[in-house]
Amino acid sequence: MTMILDKDRQTALTSRFSEKARAVSAFVTEVASFDEALAYTVDLCGKQGACRIRISGCEEHLSPPADALCELKQEKIVAAPGLDPVLYDRLLAHCAANGFSCIKSGMRSYLSGIDIGFTVADLAIAETGTLVINCPGEELRLATMLSEYHVCVVHRSTIVEDAFAADQHMLKYLRKTPDYTAFITGASRTADIERVLALGVHGPLELHILLLED
Amino acid sequence: MQDAKNLKEYRKEMQESLDNTFLRKALDTFAVTYRASRARAFAEFDVDQLVADVAEAKDAVLPRLHELFLEFKKNAEAAGVKVHFAKDADEANALIVDIARQTGSKKIIKSKSMTAEETLLNHALEDHGLEVTETDLGEWIIQLRHEGPSHMVMPAIHLSRYQVGDLFTDVTGAKQEPDIEKLVKVARRELRSKFVEADMGITGANFAIADTGTIGLVTNEGNARLVTTLPPVHVALMGIDKLVPSLTDALKILKVLPRNATGQNITSYVTWITGANECLSATNKKKDIHFIVLDNGRLEMAKDPLFSQVFRCVRCGACANVCPVYRLVGGHKMGHIYIGAIGLILTYFFHGPEKAKNIVQNCINCEACKDICAGGIDLPRLIKQVHVRIQDKEGHPLPSLLLGQVMKNRKLFHTLLRTAKWAQKPVAGNDGFMRHLPMMFFKEHDFKALPTVAEKPFRDRFTELRQDVKNPRLRVGLFSGCVQDFVYPEQMEAAFQLFADSNVAMTFPMAQSCCGLPLQMMGEAKTSRDVAMQNVRAFEKENVDYIITLCASCASHLKHNYPVLLADDPKILEKTLAFTAKVMDFSSFAHDILGLKEQDFAGDGKPATFHSPCHLCRGLGVHDAPRDLIKAAGLDYREADESEVCCGFGGTFSAKFPELSEAHLNKKLDNVEKTGAEVLLTDCPGCVMQLKGGLKKRGSKIVVQHTAEALAARRKKGN
Ligand code: SF4
Ligand code: SF4
Repeated sequence: MTMILDKDRQTALTSRFSEKARAVSAFVTEVASFDEALAYTVDLCGKQGACRIRISGCEEHLSPPADALCELKQEKIVAAPGLDPVLYDRLLAHCAANGFSCIKSGMRSYLSGIDIGFTVADLAIAETGTLVINCPGEELRLATMLSEYHVCVVHRSTIVEDAFAADQHMLKYLRKTPDYTAFITGASRTADIERVLALGVHGPLELHILLLED
Repeated sequence: MQDAKNLKEYRKEMQESLDNTFLRKALDTFAVTYRASRARAFAEFDVDQLVADVAEAKDAVLPRLHELFLEFKKNAEAAGVKVHFAKDADEANALIVDIARQTGSKKIIKSKSMTAEETLLNHALEDHGLEVTETDLGEWIIQLRHEGPSHMVMPAIHLSRYQVGDLFTDVTGAKQEPDIEKLVKVARRELRSKFVEADMGITGANFAIADTGTIGLVTNEGNARLVTTLPPVHVALMGIDKLVPSLTDALKILKVLPRNATGQNITSYVTWITGANECLSATNKKKDIHFIVLDNGRLEMAKDPLFSQVFRCVRCGACANVCPVYRLVGGHKMGHIYIGAIGLILTYFFHGPEKAKNIVQNCINCEACKDICAGGIDLPRLIKQVHVRIQDKEGHPLPSLLLGQVMKNRKLFHTLLRTAKWAQKPVAGNDGFMRHLPMMFFKEHDFKALPTVAEKPFRDRFTELRQDVKNPRLRVGLFSGCVQDFVYPEQMEAAFQLFADSNVAMTFPMAQSCCGLPLQMMGEAKTSRDVAMQNVRAFEKENVDYIITLCASCASHLKHNYPVLLADDPKILEKTLAFTAKVMDFSSFAHDILGLKEQDFAGDGKPATFHSPCHLCRGLGVHDAPRDLIKAAGLDYREADESEVCCGFGGTFSAKFPELSEAHLNKKLDNVEKTGAEVLLTDCPGCVMQLKGGLKKRGSKIVVQHTAEALAARRKKGN
C-alpha cells in the first residue's frame, strides 16, 4: 500500500516538476534508460542542429577581440565532466561514431563555448522546476555555463516537493567545503532591454531535461 | 542619481521625465503587466503568510547581528574565505582596491550588485587604473552610458532598443540593428571576451548564511556564475543586512524574492558558494575569495526602533514597480542610487540628508508600496519620518511652519476656513468652483478647478438637522474631517440621512478638528500629535458604538497612525485604542454593520463606476463593500481599469508637485471615461475634489459623488 502511495506521490511530483520546468521554456522528455538519454543527446547535437562549428552570436558584427574568440571553437563538442566513467565511455563512443568530439575536462580551452553540456542532476525541485547540481569541481560547473545547450538527466526519485524539502541534502553539500551548488531553472534569460524576454544571454540558450525512470 | 539642489530644480528634472514619452509608456506597460505576473506567481500561496515569514526571519536577525556576523565569519574562514568588515563605502572600496593590488589584478568583471552601486565602487576602481566591466546586460548598458540604474532589478528599463543599438554600434565599431535578440547575442559575445581575460570577479550577495558561511546569489543571466568561476580572485561585497542564521531562512526569502521582483517563481540561477572553490587557473588551484561585509549606516539603522524594519528589505524592487510616482518619473528621479519607496529611505541613511531632502517629499502616501513589500515594511511611514527628521534638523519651510501653527489651534484654523469663504467671493463661480485661483501659490494648480468653501460648514448645519430616531439600533459619532466639514458638507448630510433612515442616532462632537494627516505629510510631527490628542479627547465622553468618517484618509490615519503618534503615555494610549477600535469608514459601516441591501433601494440603472481611494483599499483593506453597495443601490456598476491606483490628490502632494498630480489624474480619468459611466463614485472627499476638478476641466458630464450621496438619493424611505 505504501509502495503505491509513494508511487502516486512521485508521479504527482514528476508531473508538477515537468509542468513548472516547461513553463520556463525547458524541454522535458521522458527516457526509459540511460542509453536513451545518450541517444537523445547525440541526436540533438546532430539532427537537431544543436551542434555547430560557428557558435551563437558569432554571426553578428562584433568587435575584433570578441570576433577573435569565436575562432577558438573549430569542432562540434559535447562535454560531460563528472559523468560516471562507464556512462562517459558510452557517450564518447556515440559521439565518435557521429564525428563530434567529447570531453570531460579541459573546459578552459573552450571558453568561447561548447555545444552541449551533459550532466546529471543531484536533486530536482517540483515547485519551481529547478535542477540542483552540486558542482564544486570547476569542469562540471563550466560545462553547465559555457554550453549552448544544457542536457540534464533527472532521476525521478530525486524530485522533491520544494526547496525546503531539499534543505537537508543541501546542507550536506554546503558543509562539505569548499562547495559550489547551483539551482538551475530554465535557460539563461534576460529582459534588460525593454523588458523583452531573450534567452541565452550568458549561459545556455536551451535547457533539455531528460526524466529517467529508476 | 540625485543632484538637484532644491525643490525647484528637482521639479524641473521631473518635468523632463514627464515629457519622455518612451519612459512613460514603458513604465505604464510594466506597471500593468507586473501586477498580473506577480499575481500568477503567488497564485498557489498565501502571500501574506510568506511575507510574514520573511519579516519574522529578518526581525530575528536584529538582536543577534553581531553574533551572526562572527558565526558567518568563522564558518566562511574555516572554508578558506577571507572575511572583512567595512564600516563605510570608502573603507569597502579601499579594501577591494587593495585586494586587486595584492593579487596583481588589472581587469575586473562584475555581476550586478546594488551594494557596489551604493559605494560607487566602479569609480574607486577606475581611479586606481583598474579596468572594470559590468557583465549584467542592463548594468553593462548603463555603465557604457555613464548612468546610474533606474531600477534595482531592471537597471536599464528607461532605455529603448534604439538607444541600445546605437550604443552597441559605438562599442563594436559596426552598425547594429535595433533588434533585441541580436543585441543580446552581441552582448553575449562581447562580454564573453571580457570574461576570458579577467583577473578578478566582483559580485554582491543576496544571502550570507551564518550557519554554513555560505553566500547565495540570485540571478537570471548566468553572468554571476561565470564571474565567480573564471577569474582566480572573487570578491563578494554585501551589506550586513544580508546575514541570515540558516539556509532555511535564506530559502524563505528566496520563495518571495523572485516572485515579488519580476513575477518569476524563481530566477534561472541561484548559486550557493561556500569557501575557496576549485579554480584551475589559480596557482594553487584554489580561488582567492574575499567576503566584504558592509555597515555604511546599517548598524545605526538596526538600533533604531522605527527604522530597523528596513533590514527586512530583500531588494526586490517591487516598491518601485507599484509606485505611481515612479511610474510617472522613473528611477533617476525617484531615488538616488536605491530606487522607489525604499530608495527614498535608504538614500537618507546611506547618502545623507542632502541627497534625500527633495526626493523624500515626492511620496503621495498612497501605500501601494507597503501593500506589496516583500518584507512587510511600513514604507510610507518611514518616508514621512525621514522627512520629519530632515525638517527638524534643517528647519521647516514657511508653508509647513504656518500650517503647523494654524492647525495647532482648532478655533483659529476654523476661523480661517470660514473667512476663506469671503476671501474667495469675488472669484468664486456660482457653480461651486473658483473661476480663477486666488493665490499665487496655486499657480500651477490650473489643471483642475478648485472647489470653493461652502456657505455653511457641516458643524453649523448639524444642530439644525432633525433626528427623529426613537429607539436607535446604534449610536454613531460622526467625524467629518476638514474637507467634508468645510467644502462638501452635503456629503455628510447625505450620510446623515441614510443613517437616520436606518435608525441610527448620531452625535457630532464640536471639539473635533482636522485628523492631522496633512501635517504628517508636511513633516510636522509635533503638531500632528497635538491634533490627534485633541480628537481623541473630543470623542472621549461620547457614548457611541462607532465613530464613522466618510473620508478614507481620515479613517486610515485615525486607525493606524494615532496609536503610534500617541504611544508614549500608556494612559493616553489606552484611550486612543478605545477610540480607534470604534473608527470605521462609511462603506464598511453601511455594508457590514447596517447591512444595506437591494430591497433598501430604488435604483435607476445609471451606469456608475468607482474610484477606490488609496487609504480605503490599501490603508483599510476595504475592497468589496463600496462596490456591493453601488450594485445594491441599483446602479449599473462598471469596474474601471486600475480602479485602485491613486488619483494623484495625495493632500499636500498635489500642491507641491502639481505636474505629477495632473499626470496621475489624467490617467485615472481616461480609465473612468472608458467605462462609459455617468456617475463616478468614491469614498474620500479629497479624491472627489481631485476628480471633480479634473472632469470639469475636461468639460465632461460625468457626475462625481461620494458613495454616500448616491446611496442616500436612492434609499427607499420608511423601511
Ligand atoms: S506611498 Fe505611494 S507614492 Fe509613496 S513611495 Fe509608496 S507607492 Fe510611492
Ligand atoms: S522595501 Fe520591500 S518592496 Fe521595496 S525592495 Fe525592499 S523588500 Fe522589496
